[in-house]
Amino acid sequence: MHTLEPLLAEHPFLKGLKQEHLELLVGCASNVRFEAGAFVFRQGQEANHFYILRDGKVAVELFAPQKGAVAIDTYGEGDVLGWSWLLPPYHWRFDARATEPTRMISLDARCMRTKCENDHDLGYELMKRFARIIEQRLDATRWQLLDVYGVRS
Amino acid sequence: MLPDFFSVRKVRLETDDTFTLELAPAGGRQPFPFSAGQFNMLYVHGIGEVPISISGDPGKPGTLVHTTRAVGAVTRGLRTLKKGDVLGVRGPFGVGWPVQQAEGHDIVVVAGGIGLAPLRPAIYQLLANRDRYGKLVILYGTRTPADILFRKEIEAWRARLDVEVYVTVDRATDSWHGNVGVVTKLIPKAPFDRTRTVAMICGPELMMRFTALELDKRGVETDHIYLSMERNMKCGVGLCGHCQCGATFICKDGPVFRYDAIKGLLSQREI
Amino acid sequence: MTTPRRDQVTLEPAALQQLIDALRADGYQVVGPVLGNGAIVYDELSSTDQLPAGKTDRQSPGSYKLVPDESGAWFGFAVGPHSWKQKCYPAVARLWRAERKGAAITLVAEPDDSPPLALVGARACEIAAMHVQDRVLLHGAETDPAYRHQRERMFVVAVSCGRPGGTCFCVSMGTGPAATGGFDIALTEVVDQGRHYFIAEGGTDAGEAVIARLTNRPATIEEVAAADAVVAGAAAQMGRSVTTDGLPQRLAANIEHPHWEVVAKRCLTCANCTMVCPTCFCTTIDDQTDLSGAHASRVRTWDSCFTLDFSYIHGGSVRPSPYARYRQWLTHKFSTWVDQFGTFGCVGCGRCITWCPVGIDVTEEVRAVTGESADRAPST
Repeated sequence: MHTLEPLLAEHPFLKGLKQEHLELLVGCASNVRFEAGAFVFRQGQEANHFYILRDGKVAVELFAPQKGAVAIDTYGEGDVLGWSWLLPPYHWRFDARATEPTRMISLDARCMRTKCENDHDLGYELMKRFARIIEQRLDATRWQLLDVYGVRS
Repeated sequence: MLPDFFSVRKVRLETDDTFTLELAPAGGRQPFPFSAGQFNMLYVHGIGEVPISISGDPGKPGTLVHTTRAVGAVTRGLRTLKKGDVLGVRGPFGVGWPVQQAEGHDIVVVAGGIGLAPLRPAIYQLLANRDRYGKLVILYGTRTPADILFRKEIEAWRARLDVEVYVTVDRATDSWHGNVGVVTKLIPKAPFDRTRTVAMICGPELMMRFTALELDKRGVETDHIYLSMERNMKCGVGLCGHCQCGATFICKDGPVFRYDAIKGLLSQREI
Repeated sequence: MTTPRRDQVTLEPAALQQLIDALRADGYQVVGPVLGNGAIVYDELSSTDQLPAGKTDRQSPGSYKLVPDESGAWFGFAVGPHSWKQKCYPAVARLWRAERKGAAITLVAEPDDSPPLALVGARACEIAAMHVQDRVLLHGAETDPAYRHQRERMFVVAVSCGRPGGTCFCVSMGTGPAATGGFDIALTEVVDQGRHYFIAEGGTDAGEAVIARLTNRPATIEEVAAADAVVAGAAAQMGRSVTTDGLPQRLAANIEHPHWEVVAKRCLTCANCTMVCPTCFCTTIDDQTDLSGAHASRVRTWDSCFTLDFSYIHGGSVRPSPYARYRQWLTHKFSTWVDQFGTFGCVGCGRCITWCPVGIDVTEEVRAVTGESADRAPST
């Protein structure tokens, strides 16, 4: 899959990864496309991939009774989608739906977990990157939680 | 320090709690020149006075425009005004946005919630003199799609080829296909050159704080970032003491401040 | 040995009645210290009989008492709960009235028909306090016209302190005990070896002109020396002090000092200190209307940063906690005031210490939050 390696190498999430690690990732990678409105994954499904966004937009949603699907976050070019594949029981906790035509590189989760178990250096590099993503998302979620635009009576 | 009287020309409901008043001088007073970012003290007969930022076009001083929410006695009084009603105006007061000093730079405008209203005059001025600036990026975050202020105008700005507009909401519904998430998420990817950018931020203080931090992280100089602060005001001219924040009087040293000058104050509790 | 200056004269006590009469004849409303409400307060003065001779004050943190005084001095006391702020920047002042007829509103500005004031018995710290307030209310881009009118026409008769109060520290703040300017006439009272007289000097042409109308004679060297000793004696009796060197910076560096929470446990946020403080200038606006809604008026009243809603903006106060409100007041007086106006806000009059119901002493608090030694440093 030579065409995917340069795409992976230049993605902000994987910047700085050693060549040998990049090659390991390429082995788990494939190109995917979603039409506007298509689900990328559903809550409860097995988390068998994570996604590196090339372009388009994906909304992470929760379906709430009487409210319908509530989008709580959106991701676009340069973002990463999904970390439920990292930790057992490896199930998606939210829906993810493309709101525009979206191109992504999907990385097979089982393939990734096996390679990380065998090469702990690769595993640590990925963990560090995901930890930063989770930290940013936790901060952002907390700020959203504060409802700063709300009017207190 | 006596108010001048203006009459209401038009009332527009922007969202279900935000409204705009367009005022014209009662009794033939001259047009009302002001700088983007300044505010007036608006007086409702017998009820009281509040500081409200001017949200109109500095290039059209004949009409005075204010956008606000009805959250207290006076603003609720403003909400009941109809065409032809009269209110008192004192002003314009305060230090405004550095629209002229920012010429030659890329501009990032970051607005949160009703914070778009005090920034709109700056946006009008930037657009009126578009060729004096580099890139113009407008980032706007608000609670839900229903709370988006000046939606038609935002869409018109976005339609221009020389302006980048990104809007995000904290919570969305089924029919919203735009960005969801906190406004700072829009900063890392916004297309401006950090080495020659001036940023103007307005919104709730917490939002301005984390936005300034994010811009700083992106590499914008802290002396090129400007915020609009808010405090209780009674006189608007630096004599009643209410608006003090540290050593500054928000009414006359602000409301627009350079971030590096007030960075310390922002991180102190209850200051 | 002090050589008397050309303009220092000696006045017998009777000349003070002449002074009051002359000022009244010139159209001034003469105000000075009288007994009232169990304290020495400022009120209209028409006779020297009204001066609190035979009484003096005993002040300490949270306590003010009047006690008999056998010295025979007419001004043998320190400042009471009133300050001249009462007169220059009144606690309640109507700014304008508005009449509504249909859609039209007409404003009627409040006429300024106050008589010019003559202050008799202004202490050095009080003159300093008026200068501090001048910088706030007269030197900015916006000024207060009524205050300016009052101050421009004011005639000030200063009286040096012979006996400091138990809570003052003017020497630390550089504001006393002798007035060095800001007066039309300065008096120093001497009660010594059976003699009672005043050394007077003019501070302005107007002051000298009034002195010339009183029964006076050139002061002798001995009399002047006695007057200087009175002032020196007062300076030596300061019970409190503040280290002002670098104080604004030290306070700014201790915004999060744990001691703020300690003093907050004592502070009732009752706002007494701001009411008696001669430099506090915060006010609020009260827009009033009658039942018909046709007649409205705007009234300005004193306010205090200690109140919960002083810093209220849509939905909450910026300073809800008592520690934050105490800190705001103390750091304003001794730190940010300097950034804003170039002087300290405090003149060392001691009123806030005396009139605090729980006896909080600002000189101790300043030391505690800047990490200085906690023991009281006596004298100058």
